[in-house]
Amino acid sequence: MALIYNEEQQLLKESADGFFAQKAPISQLRKLRDDKDEVGYDEALWKEMAEMGFSGILVDEDHGGVDFGMVGAGIVAEAMGKNLSASPYHASAIVSASLILAGGSEQQKTTLLPAIAGGETVVTLAVDENGQHNPEGSALAATASAEGYSLSGMKTFVQEGGSADHYIVLARTSGRAGDREGLSLLMVNRGAAGLIVDRTAMADSRGWAKLTFEGVQVGAEAMLGSAGKAMDILEPALDKARIVLAAELLGMAQECLDRSVAYLKERKQFGVLIGSFQGLQHRAADLYGEIEVTRSAVLKALQVADMGGDFRWFASLAKAKACKTAELATNEVIQMHGGIGMTDEFDVGFFIKRARTVQALYGDYNYHADRFARCAGY
Amino acid sequence: MSNLEAFQSETRAWLEENCPPLMRKASGGEEDICWGGRNFVFQSADQKLWLARMGARGWTVPTWPKEYGGGGLSKDEAKILASEMRRIKARTPLISFGIWMLGPALLKFGTHEQKLEHLPQIARGEIRWCQGYSEPNAGSDLAALATKAEDKGDHYIINGQKVWTSYADKADWIFCLVRTDFEASKHNGISFVLFDMASKGVSVKPILLISGNSPFCETFFDDVRAEKANLIGEENKGWTIAKYLLTHERTGISDMGLPTPLNSLAVEKRGTVGGEIADKMLRHQIAEHEIDAAAFMFTIERAKDEAKAGGELGAFSSMLKGYGTELNKSRHELILKVNGSDAFEWEGQFSNDGAIARQWLRTKGNSIEGGTTEVQLNIIAKRILDLPA
Repeated sequence: MALIYNEEQQLLKESADGFFAQKAPISQLRKLRDDKDEVGYDEALWKEMAEMGFSGILVDEDHGGVDFGMVGAGIVAEAMGKNLSASPYHASAIVSASLILAGGSEQQKTTLLPAIAGGETVVTLAVDENGQHNPEGSALAATASAEGYSLSGMKTFVQEGGSADHYIVLARTSGRAGDREGLSLLMVNRGAAGLIVDRTAMADSRGWAKLTFEGVQVGAEAMLGSAGKAMDILEPALDKARIVLAAELLGMAQECLDRSVAYLKERKQFGVLIGSFQGLQHRAADLYGEIEVTRSAVLKALQVADMGGDFRWFASLAKAKACKTAELATNEVIQMHGGIGMTDEFDVGFFIKRARTVQALYGDYNYHADRFARCAGY
Repeated sequence: MSNLEAFQSETRAWLEENCPPLMRKASGGEEDICWGGRNFVFQSADQKLWLARMGARGWTVPTWPKEYGGGGLSKDEAKILASEMRRIKARTPLISFGIWMLGPALLKFGTHEQKLEHLPQIARGEIRWCQGYSEPNAGSDLAALATKAEDKGDHYIINGQKVWTSYADKADWIFCLVRTDFEASKHNGISFVLFDMASKGVSVKPILLISGNSPFCETFFDDVRAEKANLIGEENKGWTIAKYLLTHERTGISDMGLPTPLNSLAVEKRGTVGGEIADKMLRHQIAEHEIDAAAFMFTIERAKDEAKAGGELGAFSSMLKGYGTELNKSRHELILKVNGSDAFEWEGQFSNDGAIARQWLRTKGNSIEGGTTEVQLNIIAKRILDLPA
């Protein structure tokens, strides 16, 4: 397969770029932040995204989606990254849809997938329990009860956790924290007795939450996939999610470069445009190279994920490289803007805040560099 | 069966039949390269036979037109040929500056007669070319070159000096930038001419490098005669050709094939504990490098696919050149770390006469030759990012 977009994907890119630039520019995120919005995204935008097919991007047509595949999912995420558009796209349409498609029962698929694709229901994944991403380290206990399971423990860094309708919770049904075996995925509804949702304000102003489970009861039918075998479906779904996050980071990095270059062409010091200074030209040109190299790794990973098979190495490559490049780009955009880049009034500061949280989500650079090496046998 | 499938099975059968056994063994590095030319000494009968067979088929230059000695293959067919060669680990039959630098420029700017004269000899490996670009006072500022070509009617008389002329001591002919107009602005008085290195008045002096090897030379011209029939393009319009050729040179430098991943070297040399390279810091550094190397490898793939789909590579080749050569330098620094003090052995059988150290030192030139990394960044800034001068 050629490492370029096909015609359909090119059209999707044009429509996604136009859509988010018009409907969800940074000013929207700024307003959500200033209003201390409880939901963390504009619900009208999410409805429109559903009409565009974005919320059903990975869902097959039988379940109400558009089935554009991972390359399509990456294209949309990149456009959202450029505009810092807030929505439950990643939590619901990417992570949760992938998990339900991979491990859901017929019942779960027919009830949840059309609702996700239609933008009516938001589902999210609760996986981490402390500041480090480590799914196998999950300790949240799901003990067998009369009706099914009783959940006790806590989860953190849950995307759209403050507003989601359903949570897919990684819980331990056997074994000990650190074991790959013994983990299970359980569906928990918002408002379940014993579930405490703490909306957490994070640097990126998005809809994060911490969840505390105090003996939350779920039925046996809440199980997603096989008991004790969660990692078999979770790892590929997380890898898809990581590659899409890499695409979002790529979009942010590209926008930071574009804004920097535009500023270098308008700002004057010493009587000349600062873009004529070689010191700044080389910073910008160096960043350009890193972004282009990242773009290739991300597109390759998206394509390979669409082909199926083992794509762990590609996923970690894409996420690691995108983390590093986004870190560079979001630092450089501030440096190249000088003092104005440090002000809240100016938009570039939003990129560094969003980038760092996305970098941390589902494994940072170090996590994926280590995993990249293990996948390659060293 | 589609045409491409038929081509694949024919190619596979032909290669099985015609690729000699020694040419299916991994190359020992630079020593094993077949450069061709009048004076080339083949390392083996198999090497000679392989060049003859591939050259006769035009498969040393698969996509060049048949009438100029090429294989006349489409890009898809050439991709199949390359992958079928990889499948049996066949060595590249011929590597030369004629193939990856002069050839593309001649195909674009040469006359039919010039192509007929020079291209088939390149394809068959009969003439080895060198590149007369840099001068003592024209390095990064290449357009400041001062080698003078005087108009004598049907020929030029050339006087001046080139430097960093790769393998000038082994080359048969030179493609050379000369100044034909000293009044015009510096980019507008340059011409692109070809002449025989055996011409009267050409002398060559190898330059000893920090690696102890001498791949480059100083080249002197003292009243050298060059026929005007070998002027490529118009007089004083040579800079356009020079730049076009440089993009090919840069793409070529950045795409020297896939090196063995460092992790394989490290696992072999340093061993593992629990499936991981025992030295944790080294493992970390290798992973960081290999992430960049893999992403870069896919960037080469993407650039090729974009070119195939009709895009112009243009200044993107500067990014590839700059990134690829810096990556190669860091790769060789890591090879030193993997090998520890063994890496510094300079002579003797154990180290193959200091191959690791000499290759490491050679890579320091990668980010200088063909335009320094800083020149590439300048080009990106101006031609891609459109930043002011």
